[in-house]
Amino acid sequence: MIGKYGLRFVSLGYLAVLLVAPVSYVFWKTFEHGFGPAWDAVTTPNAVHALKVTLILTAVAVPANTIFGILCALAIVRHRFPGAGIVNAVVDLPLALSPVVVGLALLLLYGREGWLGGHGVVFALPGMVLATIFVSLPFVVREVVPVLREIGTEQEQAAATLGASALQTFRRVTWPAIRWAVAYGVVLTTARALGEFGAVSVVSGRLAGETESLTLHVQDRYQSFDEVGAYAAAVVLALIAVATLILMTRLKPKEETQ
Amino acid sequence: MAAKAAALPSPKARRSLAPGLAIGISTLYLSVIVLLPLAALAWRAHGWDAITSEQAVSSLKLTVIASAIVALVNALAGTAIAWTLVRDRFLGQGVVNAIVDMPFALPTIVAGLTLLALYGPRSPVDVNVAFTRWAILLALLFVTLPFVVRTVQPVLLELDREMEDAAASLGANRLATFRRIVLPNILPAILSGVALAFARAVGEFGAVVLISGNLPFKTEVASVYVFGRIESGDPGGAAAASVVILAITFGVLLGIGGVRRWATRHDR
Amino acid sequence: MIEARGIVKRFGDFTALDGVSVDVPTGSLTALLGPSGSGKSTLLRVIAGLERPDEGQIILEGEDVTRVPPQSRGVGFVFQHYAAFKHMTVWENVAFGLRIRRRPRAEVKQRVTELLELVQLSRLGERYPAQLSGGQRQRMGLARALAVDPKVLLLDEPFGALDARVRKELRLWLRRLHDETHTTTVIVTHDQEEAMEVADRVVVMNSGCIEQTAPPRELYDNPANEFVMSFVGPVNRLGDAFIRPHDVELLLEPNGSTQEAMVERLVHLGFEVRVELVRDDGEHLSAQLTREQVEALELQRGQIVYVRPTRQTVFTGS
Repeated sequence: MIGKYGLRFVSLGYLAVLLVAPVSYVFWKTFEHGFGPAWDAVTTPNAVHALKVTLILTAVAVPANTIFGILCALAIVRHRFPGAGIVNAVVDLPLALSPVVVGLALLLLYGREGWLGGHGVVFALPGMVLATIFVSLPFVVREVVPVLREIGTEQEQAAATLGASALQTFRRVTWPAIRWAVAYGVVLTTARALGEFGAVSVVSGRLAGETESLTLHVQDRYQSFDEVGAYAAAVVLALIAVATLILMTRLKPKEETQ
Repeated sequence: MAAKAAALPSPKARRSLAPGLAIGISTLYLSVIVLLPLAALAWRAHGWDAITSEQAVSSLKLTVIASAIVALVNALAGTAIAWTLVRDRFLGQGVVNAIVDMPFALPTIVAGLTLLALYGPRSPVDVNVAFTRWAILLALLFVTLPFVVRTVQPVLLELDREMEDAAASLGANRLATFRRIVLPNILPAILSGVALAFARAVGEFGAVVLISGNLPFKTEVASVYVFGRIESGDPGGAAAASVVILAITFGVLLGIGGVRRWATRHDR
Repeated sequence: MIEARGIVKRFGDFTALDGVSVDVPTGSLTALLGPSGSGKSTLLRVIAGLERPDEGQIILEGEDVTRVPPQSRGVGFVFQHYAAFKHMTVWENVAFGLRIRRRPRAEVKQRVTELLELVQLSRLGERYPAQLSGGQRQRMGLARALAVDPKVLLLDEPFGALDARVRKELRLWLRRLHDETHTTTVIVTHDQEEAMEVADRVVVMNSGCIEQTAPPRELYDNPANEFVMSFVGPVNRLGDAFIRPHDVELLLEPNGSTQEAMVERLVHLGFEVRVELVRDDGEHLSAQLTREQVEALELQRGQIVYVRPTRQTVFTGS
């Protein structure tokens, strides 16, 4: 019978072998020959451009999805309307779809023969932006909805009886209650946007130096047998991931720790 | 004082625009970003052979089976990890808790790359699973790790410990208590996590694409097959295959949802 | 017979039980009475084996069970918040202990049916706990604990989560049940009325120690110290003396040792009246009189009366 220590050993061992070891190893390999080669690899024009592309995608997708997320959560929870259930389900769709399928759908819509085709959306930045928005859409909504449900409408009703307009109520009553949920959702959205690969791969055409995000750049370097380049770019992304993890841990709704 | 109070004007009564605006913007945004592209996908899907070719069927079978295996492993491992995080107490527990979220934070291509580095052709520990089906399992286990852990954890935290005391006072040992008391109460959460893990695994692309080698009939998963169809200039066929994948995913999710509803029948 | 010897239990810095020793005679219904934090629930859980004492022993029927886990002690435990197995029906809850012991189907069926009838839940066997009221859930808890024929029945504030009327009903019912079954029973409560009404013997606890162990009548009439006296019933304090409200005599004329006081308030509690008085030095007193006595004295608010105790208690020593 596995005792307490046995279970602990199995759980921690599983995490170590599956997660910690591979990621640590790549960090080690990247800096195996010193900081110099890694730095050089990550400051090539293509790499720098790829980083810029990733940052642009994120800089557009995150604010858009945040504003949408708050409005949508308010719509679903506060303003019950016919179809709220469908909206709720559609918001969750991006989580169930393969990123390749997402990219394909965008390709079919905005590509040469698509309904909205031929306007320089696919194989260009706009398409990648749309893909990034699509896949990182649900997170702010999903974090804000349960908080809105939990705090209830009484405070907002009280504000209304005291003469506050919708905007004032939102600013002074609703927002203070949801802002940490929003923050957490923003962190999740950002992580997802930065890490997107499959959808942008399909939609971008992967033209190095033009329509490559940093994630696509990693694949490009690896397939060009430039291991150092691939690892270095991966480490940049992993560092951002660690920063994200730290933020997530700080902001997480305190339900999961004892 | 009374005069001052009377002088405060009451706010103009007006119909609030806010609800309409929020609903309108949300539905418009969702339609443009999500529904329209998916409609185009459904509309343009065509080509029986894309779905029924041996390569397609092979990739689909591989994907579904691998995802099922991974979901099952997660049910066990995820529950074990959740238990360790909730019921156990040791130094560094907070860090371990944070590490569980790493697959959510790390880009899938990077995940695949790290697995390839440590467990691939250049492995320092002499473990090379690249270009085999084990690679697919490994990659999928990586990206789906947090799902069951995070659904089970809050339920374990909320669990009424007195039920376990009661069971002990009635003669149940630890195994019987787990089997008869704890498990039935965390089962719905496990099922939710399994559903999420399965859906994620079926669609996974970035983590798998480097390490599996994408060998048709051997290590080509469904998402890679679809990608291949696109690259071959057959987006219609790719769309058809996508629709089939989606149908399977939703079918399984509905099934799991049904089991979950049965498992929580006592709560109604 | 349950014997607890020198039980010490600490939770971090907090000492819940400070060397407690107590005997519970076989077949009795004993109450552990005390305020929150007195250690009564902890002592109960130590007897059950749900907590391990840091020092001391528990002896059940002559056998040292200090190291024995709760599964094997043969105790039945009833929890304040029911601890119902919410994923099982009422029937399955009550049958649980029997199923764990792999009793034959027919025996389980017979026993559960019997018990459900005993606790008057026969028609609710297929319901889930979430569908029952608090009182019904607790009756189920009792049936479940009794199903395995425990040598000892332990109840941890069993009626604490129920409303007043249900509490009184179940109290009475528990006493009747005990009179029929004669199972050694220990009940933890912070409600002195409950302890006095239900128990053969009451163990009064405070801050991890036992203040007094005695039958209810003796506790009331001969309290060992100030704490017990104040806990077990309302009490007036005049200097060093403690006086029960019903031992306060009211006269209309001064007479020797009487003291002057003014009637502040008359609280009519059915048959009895509580007269709240205040002396000229500001001290408050309460007296308990019958309705007739109040009418005979024609008491009114603001009236001056003269009070003296017909009986008082002074505690000497520490």
